Amino acid sequence: MAAVAGYPVLYGIWLSLQRYDLRFPDERGFVGLGNYAAVLSAPVFWAALAATAVITVVAVGLELAAGLGIALILRRGLAGRRALHAALLLPYGIITVVAAFAWQYLATPSLSFLTDRAWLGQRWSSFAVIIATEVWKATPFVALLLLAGLAAVPEELMDTATLDGAGRWQRFERVLLPAIRPVLLVVLLYRTVDTVRVFDTVFIQTNGANGTQTLSLLAYRQLADRLNLGLGSAVSVLLFLLAAAIAVGFVWVFRADLRELSQGGGR
Amino acid sequence: MSRSGRLGWYAGTAVVLAVAVLPVLWIVSLSLKSPATITDKRPWPVDPTLENYRSIAGSALFTRALLNSVGIGLTTTVLAVALATPAAYALTRLRFRGEALVLPLTLAVAVFPPVALVGPLFDLWRALGLYDTWAGLVIPYLSFALPLAMWTLTAFFRGLPWEMEEAAQADGATPWQAFRRVLVPLARPGVLTAAILVFFFAWNDFVFAISLTSSDRSRTVPAALAFFPGDERFAQPVGSIAAAAVVVTVPVLVATLVFQRRLVAGLTAGVVKR
Repeated sequence: MAAVAGYPVLYGIWLSLQRYDLRFPDERGFVGLGNYAAVLSAPVFWAALAATAVITVVAVGLELAAGLGIALILRRGLAGRRALHAALLLPYGIITVVAAFAWQYLATPSLSFLTDRAWLGQRWSSFAVIIATEVWKATPFVALLLLAGLAAVPEELMDTATLDGAGRWQRFERVLLPAIRPVLLVVLLYRTVDTVRVFDTVFIQTNGANGTQTLSLLAYRQLADRLNLGLGSAVSVLLFLLAAAIAVGFVWVFRADLRELSQGGGR
Repeated sequence: MSRSGRLGWYAGTAVVLAVAVLPVLWIVSLSLKSPATITDKRPWPVDPTLENYRSIAGSALFTRALLNSVGIGLTTTVLAVALATPAAYALTRLRFRGEALVLPLTLAVAVFPPVALVGPLFDLWRALGLYDTWAGLVIPYLSFALPLAMWTLTAFFRGLPWEMEEAAQADGATPWQAFRRVLVPLARPGVLTAAILVFFFAWNDFVFAISLTSSDRSRTVPAALAFFPGDERFAQPVGSIAAAAVVVTVPVLVATLVFQRRLVAGLTAGVVKR
């Protein structure tokens, strides 16, 4: 398994060190870090990094806020809870490409009953549609994980806090939030590294137009359209390094919380 | 809880329900509109028609893509579960030294951007003759599906009552009998959960599907949707795309609702204390 998965990864790194354009196969040769220098000095790379950052930061922030809200609603156990629970799995189960089309058609003035504005015609409104799609698709996952975290908070703890005179906000801030902190962190990490590689939604809705080209899309363009395996692989490796750096940095900063989680987990 | 407080929670429930369902209903609505009414900007079809469904059912482009999606998805699922189940069993029972490495490795795979495999696989698959074949997609899917299945199954196995296996052996059952009669039935729900999650992953993939295929020989539905040819140039065939989208959503929807509890258990496995 390690060989099957590992070989292409190493081969990808090897490709990123070569001049390798399938349109000019005779010019193939080792160029060291030349592709990286070319990529890092190209404005299009930094624009893609910025677009990726905008989508990731805003989408993940909204997913956590909405997910926490929904988890709190579900925890109440009111009527409609089961319907809500089932409805949440709808966005989760749907193919991302289908979700992208659904939101695109909601934002297309010639089709939509909601708007007369060409949302995908301008930069910031394009970002808004892409982010809405991502948030719609991923929030259920966030909500279900946080709900599981909330369910593990002992009810007595909440009752004690109430008896001690804690208000609703205080109970949330002093009891619930600290109790689900490790789960919240895992979800934050997972959603961040997942959104950094956002591809499907952008490909369908704008195909990178209006400054929305993300790093994954830039790599794909180099590889599949321009058939430049060297440059495309360099972009891919940089994207992987970015995701890895986020993950490692995150695990390092929050190591105490995560240790608590792995010790408590499933033993 | 105060009355106004309760109303607030109900309002929240209603809003979330509406937002969750709206885009799906919208796609269904579009799929039932005729070409003449698709741009009427109404929320629902005035004169519902199955024309779009008939059109995609008669298009080899779509039917072939559906066959590819089902075939590739099922192959990936069967292989992933068959390989991951014994591995997860060993991981749970043996408490070997590298156990601490499993979480970081799973995380590494979860972090890995699929597009980083596109270049090397594109080049390798052309050389090996795997480009535009089922195997050419099943192999990269397995590299992501195996850790996912292992993760889910390990978390599930940890919660099983292992004493029962030992008790069966103490009662004279051979290890194989204990495994077959006691463990397999206990493990079945976990295996089912892992299978659903893996199938969803393969069914959903877009990056590999558009990069490693070039024809309807192996192109799956998400890729076919992106390349649906329009009736007019520059115009997307919205009705056909919507109908195809509904067709591929229905099986997932049914699976989701039938296995709702398993799915949620699988998604939250290993992340939340039990």
